[in-house]
Amino acid sequence: MPPDRRRLAALLVRVAVLAGAVLLLEAACRAGWIDPLAVIPPSDMVASMLEQLGTEEMHDNIVQTFSTIALAFVLAVGLGTLLGAAIHAVPRLRRALDPLLASYYSVPTFVFYPLLVAMLGLGQAPLVVLGLLSATPAVVISTLAGLDGVSPVLLKVARVQRLSRARTLTAIVLPAAMPRLFSGFKLALSYALIGVIAGEFILSGSGLGYAISFAYQSFDNRAMYGLMLFVLLVAVTANGLLYAYEGRLARRRARS
Amino acid sequence: MSGVALPTRRPPRSAALGRVLDPLLVLAVILALWDAAGRWTQGIALATPWETLLYLADLVRTPMFWGHAGATMGAFLLAFALSAVLGLGLGLILGLRRFAGEVAEPILAGFYTIPKVTLYPVVLLLFGLGISAKVAFGVMHGLVPVTLFTLGAVRNLPPVLVRTARVMRLSAGQAMRSVLIPACLPDIVGGLRIGFALSLLGVLIGEMFSSQRGLGFLLVNGLAQHNVRLTTAVVFVIVTGAVLANTLMLRLGRSITHQQ
Repeated sequence: MPPDRRRLAALLVRVAVLAGAVLLLEAACRAGWIDPLAVIPPSDMVASMLEQLGTEEMHDNIVQTFSTIALAFVLAVGLGTLLGAAIHAVPRLRRALDPLLASYYSVPTFVFYPLLVAMLGLGQAPLVVLGLLSATPAVVISTLAGLDGVSPVLLKVARVQRLSRARTLTAIVLPAAMPRLFSGFKLALSYALIGVIAGEFILSGSGLGYAISFAYQSFDNRAMYGLMLFVLLVAVTANGLLYAYEGRLARRRARS
Repeated sequence: MSGVALPTRRPPRSAALGRVLDPLLVLAVILALWDAAGRWTQGIALATPWETLLYLADLVRTPMFWGHAGATMGAFLLAFALSAVLGLGLGLILGLRRFAGEVAEPILAGFYTIPKVTLYPVVLLLFGLGISAKVAFGVMHGLVPVTLFTLGAVRNLPPVLVRTARVMRLSAGQAMRSVLIPACLPDIVGGLRIGFALSLLGVLIGEMFSSQRGLGFLLVNGLAQHNVRLTTAVVFVIVTGAVLANTLMLRLGRSITHQQ
């Protein structure tokens, strides 16, 4: 099979598998094979999600959660790129920090959250810092990889053309490092999203994560599943868009 | 993913000294920052390193601490073992059956990036309060990275190795033992490292949300009782344990790569 046909076939089978799973769950719930107190049918989840989205309260939660995620993501990208560039520029610093960078992801960053709450109080601040702590290292590591990947011949071209430092950065370094940088941004977004929503879920007074845990604690399963579906759909869509864009970036690079 | 490769040129003596000194310097900077943060918040939000160590020295003498630490370790080891075995099996099957792998990989990768914490209530509803929910949540976190890394390793196996195995008429079992597993081992160890970190995260989040036992519970409990030293000490224990385990696994991965 040619690769394009093969990819299409895999896509179709994938959609069929997912659709089949949803239908199976629906049937199992309707037929009473699954305890209705544990899982509700997917069609009810969708209905509940649409009801929830219309309410004023949910509107505030949505704005709050996504502004927190956006703030954490933007700060992580800015800070991570700057740190990455600084560490790349000083080889000794890099050698010293290498063990730290290699083991950072093994630390469950989330355990810092109670300390952050104690330090900054309950609210948006500890969530932003938590998102920042989990997302920044991914950007730092991908910035290092991106800068390492700029081929020396390109830098020589820049010198031969007598480009200024700023021109070298915008015309040579950034385009060459972009694919790697971008995959760091992609990771940063999903880490910021996971961190913020997990923080809201465990300990906070507002936001989507809090709304889900509140609905669970007040035995309102219908609301809980509606909200869950919404959060998961947003996460999958955001990641899917970045994934597709990354693929395009990689293909364009392969062509040139 | 991590482990930025360093040039292996033999460094001059001053650089060799720096290689030993610099990480110590980094450690000192971290401790100084920690200390400064502790002093700045005046012990309300964060205990200083020295206070934490003193408190920890008392804490490890109480059976209460070992009860909680044991609960976390038990749940975590079970979750990690299940993630490793199931992930290796699944990754092997999906790597060998190319089409199934192509169908499954984006689904798994999508699952990897969603905030799974929102699904924890479902896990609680299905498994009930107790150790099984924690373990299930740990497996939900740890299974996917092990599967994806194994799948990638098997799929990217150089075709020449497969052909050699066929030319030498190895049986399926022999081919697996002497070709497939050794060739995939470095990637598999990488996947296990990430699975290790994430299944620990899953277990801890489960304990923090609704549990009466475990280190995650102690963390939240310390916050609720305004016992800053307890929270700081538990964070210190978890972070140190995770970093040590990760360093060991990194070493293991490197020594395997060197042998080949």
